[in-house]
Amino acid sequence: MKISLKGVRGSIPTSGTDTSYYGGNTSCTVVSENDWYLVLDGGSGMQKVTLPSSIKRVDILLTHLHFDHIQGLGFFSPLFNQDMEVHIWGPASATQSLHARISRYLSPPLFPVLLRELPCTLILHDIDNSVFEIGPFTIESRFVIHPGPTVGYRITGQHSVLAYIPDHEPALGLTGLLTDTKWISGFDLVANADLLMHDAQYTAREYTNKIGWGHSSMEDAIRFASLAAVKHLVLTHHDPLHNDKLLSEIFSELQKEVSYPFPFELAIEGREIELP
Amino acid sequence: MAAYEIEIILNRQLADCLSIPVFITDTIGNLIYYNDPAEKIFGTNFEDTGEMPVETWSTIFKPLDEFRAPMPPEQLPLVKTLNDQQPHHKIFWIESMKGLAEKIAVTSYPIIGRAGKFLGAVAIFWETNEI
Repeated sequence: MKISLKGVRGSIPTSGTDTSYYGGNTSCTVVSENDWYLVLDGGSGMQKVTLPSSIKRVDILLTHLHFDHIQGLGFFSPLFNQDMEVHIWGPASATQSLHARISRYLSPPLFPVLLRELPCTLILHDIDNSVFEIGPFTIESRFVIHPGPTVGYRITGQHSVLAYIPDHEPALGLTGLLTDTKWISGFDLVANADLLMHDAQYTAREYTNKIGWGHSSMEDAIRFASLAAVKHLVLTHHDPLHNDKLLSEIFSELQKEVSYPFPFELAIEGREIELP
Repeated sequence: MAAYEIEIILNRQLADCLSIPVFITDTIGNLIYYNDPAEKIFGTNFEDTGEMPVETWSTIFKPLDEFRAPMPPEQLPLVKTLNDQQPHHKIFWIESMKGLAEKIAVTSYPIIGRAGKFLGAVAIFWETNEI
């Protein structure tokens, strides 16, 4: 399983020289195995996704429909290719279909092209706590704590497991992250994963002023990964106010403060990770 | 054991923040969480007891009607909610294991998740002076 990070910023793209190392594009990650391609979220990083010309199907797995996770959709070239079959999977809402909610963006005045005008073969899937298969992948989706319908994904390939929860606040509550794992949002998705990509937008100090905003501190993300016996953690959804220098300083301090028996790192746009 | 649905988890987190007793049950009435203020009703706390099957927790206190006669379980708001997945409210008396009787109001509501699935029920206990 190959994982390519195309966008690791949270909330809003932050282009500029002071964010060029970690990257300024919002959430998008490509997962591939045996010529099957999954695109996790459609943030602005999606414009950097290129697929081999031989590929005739691609699956986009949206965690939720906040703008930083869909703003790249309109610039995703397979949608404009009549030979492509594009599947979009996203969390069900109690009130509106996935089609209706995506159409609110892909329609004037926000975007000049209507969803129904896209030349590709487009198939939308409303999902909730679901298990489904795409090529060699078995995918489990579960609702997680974040404002509005939001899912995380557990993607099981032939030999390895990727868990992806870029927007998540499992520590929401009076006492923070609970230790009884039955009571932790997203725990089943993450347990024993080979790689977890998880929200780590804030420092612990910043989080105290952002409780309920739907995101995690780096410390909580690491603790969550530890409770779930994750083998490797990538901290993502970087705060747009954290430039490269600040992010590196924060991470350096974090490494001095915490010690866990698994590697953890900050997500870097352009990084590629191979799982066996 | 699999983690609870986030609708259940969020109800627990809310209950943790309240100063009024709150019970949370699964779909068949097993008590999966009660907050610190509910200790006044149970005489024990969640850290000590953990989850309790319905057969255990339902015997800890005795519900009484306005004539102080024992109330059948099916008249309790929480039991009604578990049966019909609707909210209910009732004022009655309870007698704890220590023999103390107290008039309370109970409001119960079903937890029905985003997918429309019934996930459990919540009962909130209020002290009341209403007749």
